[in-house]
Amino acid sequence: MTALHPAAARRRLTGWGRTAPVVSEVAGVRTPDDVVALLSSDAPARGLLPRGLGRSYGDAAQNAGGLVLDMTGCDRVLTVDADGGFVRVEAGVDLDRLTRVLLPLGLWLPVVPGTRQVTVGGAIAADVHGKNHHVSGSFGDHVIDLDLVTPDGKLHTLTPDGPDAQLFWATVGGMGLTGVVVRATLACIRAETSYAVVETERCRDLDQLLERLAEGDDPSLPYSVAWFDAMARGSRLGRAVLTRGRLATLDDLPAKLARHPVRLPSTAGPSFPVVPGGLVNRASGLAFNELWFRKAPSRPTTGVHGIGAFFQPLDGVRDWNRVYGPRGFCQYQFVVPFAEVDAFRRAVRLIARSGRPSCLNVLKRMGPTNRGLISFPAPGWTLAVDLPVGPGLDELFRDLDDLVLAAGGRVYLAKDARMPEGHLERMYPRLEEFRAVRAAVDPDGILVSDLSRRLLDRP
Amino acid sequence: MIDATGRPRSLLLLGGTSDIALAVAEAYAARTPGLRVTLAARPSARRDQASHRLEAAGCTVRPVDLEARSAESHEAAVRAAAEGGDVDVAVVAYGLLGDNERSWTDVAAGVELAEVNYVGPVAAGIALGALVRQQGHGVVVALSSVAGERPRRSNFVYGSTKAGFDAFYTGLGEALREHGGHVLVVRPGFVRSKMTEGLDPAPLATDPQSVAAAVLGAVDARKEQVWVPGTMRPVMSVLRHLPRPVFRRLPI
Repeated sequence: MTALHPAAARRRLTGWGRTAPVVSEVAGVRTPDDVVALLSSDAPARGLLPRGLGRSYGDAAQNAGGLVLDMTGCDRVLTVDADGGFVRVEAGVDLDRLTRVLLPLGLWLPVVPGTRQVTVGGAIAADVHGKNHHVSGSFGDHVIDLDLVTPDGKLHTLTPDGPDAQLFWATVGGMGLTGVVVRATLACIRAETSYAVVETERCRDLDQLLERLAEGDDPSLPYSVAWFDAMARGSRLGRAVLTRGRLATLDDLPAKLARHPVRLPSTAGPSFPVVPGGLVNRASGLAFNELWFRKAPSRPTTGVHGIGAFFQPLDGVRDWNRVYGPRGFCQYQFVVPFAEVDAFRRAVRLIARSGRPSCLNVLKRMGPTNRGLISFPAPGWTLAVDLPVGPGLDELFRDLDDLVLAAGGRVYLAKDARMPEGHLERMYPRLEEFRAVRAAVDPDGILVSDLSRRLLDRP
Repeated sequence: MIDATGRPRSLLLLGGTSDIALAVAEAYAARTPGLRVTLAARPSARRDQASHRLEAAGCTVRPVDLEARSAESHEAAVRAAAEGGDVDVAVVAYGLLGDNERSWTDVAAGVELAEVNYVGPVAAGIALGALVRQQGHGVVVALSSVAGERPRRSNFVYGSTKAGFDAFYTGLGEALREHGGHVLVVRPGFVRSKMTEGLDPAPLATDPQSVAAAVLGAVDARKEQVWVPGTMRPVMSVLRHLPRPVFRRLPI
C-alpha cells in the first residue's frame, strides 16, 4: 500500500471491543483547514473516515485499507460563553477536557455518556446518550450548530432547524458517514458543584426492578440507571442495583466538600495490564456480580458522589478493555418499546441462561426519539451487556436479534461488530432517507467505514 | 471482513474441488447464511458438483477458471473474486500427491508436482498478498502437510514441494502482518479424501471435516499454524529429531 497521504502512517485499528483488527493509513489532522484540504484532493481508493478516540465498540471507526483521519489533534476550545451557556469547540476536543474547562465556570454538558474519553465529533456521530436520556434526550439534541466538511471539500454550517436540517439530522447519529464534523457549538447547563446526589437501592429480581423503573420518574432525579446481574438465574434473575441522581447544589454538600465544590475528576489512573487470555471467565464473572450487588447498601440510601465516580466509573482505569483477553468482547445494546416488556424479560433470561460471563450490564428507560435519521435512542427499555468473544456467541446474538426485531426494537450501531446484513432496514425506519442524504452528499462513496461496508453499502 | 464473532462474508477457494476446501466452506456457511464463495478450479464436472454442494449449503457460488500451472490464471482468479466485494478468507487448497517412484525418476512427473504444489501456490500467494495489502485485512488459509516437515523415502517429492509451500506461506504471514493480513498454515497428517483414495490410512488419519473444524478454530484464535489432528504436532516434533538411521527404519 503506498501512502495515501504524505502525513499518513500505517496503523492497526480496532474498536473498543478489540475485535476484527484491520490496517489503515492514519493521517493526523490539526485544523479544520486540514480536513478541507484532504477532502479537496483525490480520494483514496478505499475511501476515508474520521476517527476520534476509538470508543465505539465495533467497526464504526475503522476503514480497512483506506484512509482514517485522526481527529484528536483538532482540539481547540474556541469560545466559552458562561453567561449565554454555550461552548464552541473543534471536533477533536474530548469530553474529559471539556469537563475540566466547563466545571470551574459553573457549566457542564447536558448529556454525558458512560465515558468522558470520547470526542465531540464522535459523540455527535454516535448521538450518544446518558443516564438522563428520558429527560434530556441525546447529545445531538444540544448541538446548536455544527461545521461539516462534505466529501467535495465544502464546509457547511448546519443547524437543527436551518435550511440544511436534513443533513444536520443525518449527521447526528450518522456514524461519520455524511462528512467530517470539524467544529460544533454545544449548549451547556449550570453546575454549581462537581458532585451528584445519588440514591442507591437494590432490587432483588427483574420484576422488582422493572416495577421500580416503571413507577415513573422522579423529575427531581433526572439521572437514573440500573446495573443488573446478567449471570444470576432462577429467583434472582435480573437482580439489580438502581441508582438515581441529580447534580448537587452547594447546599447539598457537607461542609468539608463545600469548601472546594468543584473538584475535577482525577485524570486516568493506572493502566490495565496485558493479561494473556484475559481475566473474565465464568468464575470471575460470578464473583464480580456477587460483589457488585453486595457492595450496594441493602436499604435505599442517599449519598454525595463525585461526578466522575457516578457518571464514568470506568474512566479511572485506562485500557480496561484488555480484561477480556486477546479475542476481545462485544457489547450488545438494544432498545425495545415499553409495551414489549416481555421481550425484554426474555432477553435477560437468554443472556443469563447462556452462562456467559458478563459483568458490566446496564438497563434504563429511554425517552422520546429525536430527528436523527439513524440515531439509536427510542422510547422504551434499553439494555447493554458486555460479552467476551467465544464459541457460540453468535448464536446468542442471533436469538437476541430475533427477539429485538420481533419486538420492533433496534440495536445500537456504535456498539455493533457483527449484525448480519438486512436487519438494519427493519430496525431503522428512516434508513432509506439516510441513504438518500448520503447519496446526495457523497455520490462517489468516499466516506467509508468497515461498518458501512458490512451493513450499508451494497457491493 | 470477518466480523467479531468469526463470520466471513466471502470466501475464495483456490482448488475449489478439494475435499478440505469444500469442508471449510461448508463450515463457514453454517455460520454465515448466504456466504459468497468464489470457487476457482479447472472447469469440469467435478467443479459443477462442488458448486451444487455449496449451493445446497446455502452459499452463493461463483465458479471461475483456475489452471494450477499458470501464474496469470491465479491473478485472474483473485481479481475475479475481489469484484463482488472484499475477500475475507482465501483457501489455497489444490495439490497433487503423485506417485513417488515416478516423481523422482521421471522429469515430467517430478516437475509437474513441483509446479502444481509449489510454483502455482507462490503465484497464488503473491496475488493474495497484493489483495490483502490493498484491503487492509484478509485471512489466507494455506493447506500444507506434515509431509513437508521431514522428508521420508516413501513420499519425499511431495514432501519437498510442501516444505517449500510451507516456508513460503509462513513467510508471507510475517510479511502481511503489518498490512492487516493473517496467514494460517495448516499441517494435516493423512486425510481420508479424494487425494488419498486407495491408499492405506497412516496412523492418526483424519478427515476433511476435522481439518475444517481445526481451521475455523485456528482462524478464530488468530493462530498462524495448526496441526490436524493436534497430536500430530508433538509426534512430528519427535520425528523431526530422530537420528536418520532410526528414522529410516520406521514403517512410515
